[in-house]
Amino acid sequence: MFELNDPLIPVIGEVTDIRIDTPDIKTFRVVTPDGKKAFAHRPGQCAMLSMPGVGEAMFSITSSPTNTEYMEFSIKKCGCVTEWLHSMEVGQQITIRGPYGKPFPVDDEFVGKNLLFIAGGVGLAPLRSVINYCRHYRDRYGKIDIVYGSRSKDDLLDYNEIISEWANDAGVNVHLTIDREQEGWDGHVGFVPNYVKELGFDTDKIAVLCGPPIMIKFTLNGLYELGFDKTQIYTTLELRMKCGIGKCGRCNVGSKYVCKDGPVFRFDQLDELPDEY
Amino acid sequence: MRKISLDRINDLFAAIAAEFRLYLPVDTNGGARYEEWAEGKILSDELNTVRSAKDFFFPQTENLMDFKTEGKKIEIVDTRSETEDFVIFGVKACDVRSFDVLDRVFLAEPQDSFYKNRREHSLILSMACAKPHETCFCTTFGIDPSAPMGDIVCYKTEDALYMDAKTEKGAALLKKIESITVEDNGEAAEKQKKVIRERLEKLPLHNLTADRFGGDKTAEFFKAPEWKELSASCLGCGTCTFVCPTCQCYDIKDFNTGHGIKRFRCWDSCMYSEFTKMSAGQPRLTQLERFRQRFMHKLVYFPANNDGMFACVGCGRCLSKCPIQMNIVKVMKTLGKGEEKNV
Repeated sequence: MFELNDPLIPVIGEVTDIRIDTPDIKTFRVVTPDGKKAFAHRPGQCAMLSMPGVGEAMFSITSSPTNTEYMEFSIKKCGCVTEWLHSMEVGQQITIRGPYGKPFPVDDEFVGKNLLFIAGGVGLAPLRSVINYCRHYRDRYGKIDIVYGSRSKDDLLDYNEIISEWANDAGVNVHLTIDREQEGWDGHVGFVPNYVKELGFDTDKIAVLCGPPIMIKFTLNGLYELGFDKTQIYTTLELRMKCGIGKCGRCNVGSKYVCKDGPVFRFDQLDELPDEY
Repeated sequence: MRKISLDRINDLFAAIAAEFRLYLPVDTNGGARYEEWAEGKILSDELNTVRSAKDFFFPQTENLMDFKTEGKKIEIVDTRSETEDFVIFGVKACDVRSFDVLDRVFLAEPQDSFYKNRREHSLILSMACAKPHETCFCTTFGIDPSAPMGDIVCYKTEDALYMDAKTEKGAALLKKIESITVEDNGEAAEKQKKVIRERLEKLPLHNLTADRFGGDKTAEFFKAPEWKELSASCLGCGTCTFVCPTCQCYDIKDFNTGHGIKRFRCWDSCMYSEFTKMSAGQPRLTQLERFRQRFMHKLVYFPANNDGMFACVGCGRCLSKCPIQMNIVKVMKTLGKGEEKNV
C-alpha cells in the first residue's frame, strides 16, 4: 500500500436521511460508515460527492459547521449525478472528499456587523450554513435580515426550518417572497430584486447574495441604488470543477481558481477578474 | 565531465538499463517518440519528440482508484504503488523546464501523489539541443538550449557523448558507469555550446520577446479586439494542448468494466466546449473565449500565480502541429503589436 494521502481519493459516506424539500430539491444527510461527520468545515465551503460509475460533482455543504454530528447537502436535480443522487434511498453509500474553498469571513469581517442574506431558489443552500452558524453565535453579530424568494411556496427550501426556527429568533427578520400569487400564500409576491428595494435596507450591514445569475445582477443593482458599496457585498460562485484543489484547470477565472480561491468572493474582488463566471 | 565514444553508446544504454527502466527518443513512422530502450533500439537524432516528455509524469490516461460496489455498499480500492526508478534520456532544455512548470501545479499543496511519485523516481538525462528548429523559441522564456537543467547534462558530438552530473542522483549514476566512460576536460562540450548559440541567433523567432506579457496584464489583454480574428479559424481540436509540454488540465471519469468501476484521470483541454459546460450554464460560450483562456493562462494568469514564470517553454510543437497554423507566437506578435499601436 502506498503511504501518501492523495487529495483526489475520497472517503465513504453513508446517507442516513433524505428530506424532500421541493419538487426538485432534496436534502441528504451524510456521515461516515461508523456514524461520524466525515470532516470539519467552515461556512461556505464545498465537498465533492460521487457515486462511482456515475460521476463526481461539487456541492456546497448546507449544514452549519456547528453541527458536529453530520453534514447536509441540499441538491437540485439538474444533471446526471444529481439525478442519480435523487434516486438514492437511505443507507446508500456514496463517496465524499473535501472541504474545499475559502469560507465566508464569519470570524473576522462579519463580526459585530448587521447581516443581510439574500437568496433565490436553491441559492439558499450555501447560505443556510452561514445563517445557522451566525444564529449559533448570535451575540457576535448585529441584526440579521434574510430575504428569500422562489418560484412558488412549494419551491421554498428549508421552509419549516425558516418558519419554526429562523423567524422566531430575536433580532432575525425573515422576508419571504414567491414569484406569482398562489392559493394558501398570504406573504409577499414578487421577484427578489424588487422586494429588496421595497424593503429599503440601511447600508449599515454586510450583504450576502446567492441565486440565479439574473437575480444576482438585478439585486446587485438594487443594492447599489440603496447606497451599498461593492466591499459590503459577498457572493458564492459556481463553476464546473473536477479536482477541487486548483489543478484540473476547469474553474480558472483570471488568476483565480474558484475551487480554492473562492467560491466566496466580495464584489470588489470579482471586479478584478475577467467576466467569465 | 565523463566521455563515451558514440560507437559504444549501446554499452552505455545497456549499463543504465541494467539498473533502471530507460526511455529515449527513437525514430518511428510517426516521428521521434520516447520508447523504452532494449537491445537494438537506436537513439534518434531528433530531440524534438512529437509528444512531449510530460507523459512520463502526467500520462494521458491513468487509473486513480477502483471501486467495488455491492448493494448499497462501496469499497474504495487504492491502486497506487511505488514507481520504480527510471531514466529519461535526451530531454532537451525546453522540456526540462516544462517539468518546473508542471511542478508548480502538481506539487503545490495539496500535492498530487501520482505525479510526485513519478517525479521523485525519475532521473533526467538532458541533452544540449544541437539542432534547434525554425519553430523553436525557448530563448524567449530565458531557456538556454545549450545548457539544459537535469540530473546529468549530455552533449553529443559526431563521435562522442559527454556527460556532466548536476545533482547527487546524477553523480551517483555517473559513478556506476565509471568503468565504461573516461574523464574529459569539457572542451568539446564548450565548443558545442558555442556552436548552438551561434545557430540560435539565426533562428527566425530568435528576437521574439515575452516582455509585454506577465501577471499584471489581464486588464490590458482580456478585452483586446484581436482575439476575434486570432480565434476565428480555431477548430477547437485540442491538438495544441495535447502536444504542449506544460498543458495540464484534466478530467476525471469513471468507467464500469463490468467487473468493477475504475476511476481515470485523462488529459482535457480548455479548447473544448464541454470543459466548462454545466447544467446551470456555459461561461465560455464561443471558441473565442476558449482560445483566449488558453493563451491568457499561459502568458498572464500562470505568471500571476508563479512569480512571473510563463506556462510556455517555446518548444514549438504547437507551431508545427496546429492544422490551421495558429499558435502562441502569432498570438504574442499580434497582441504585442496591438500595444505598440496604442502607445
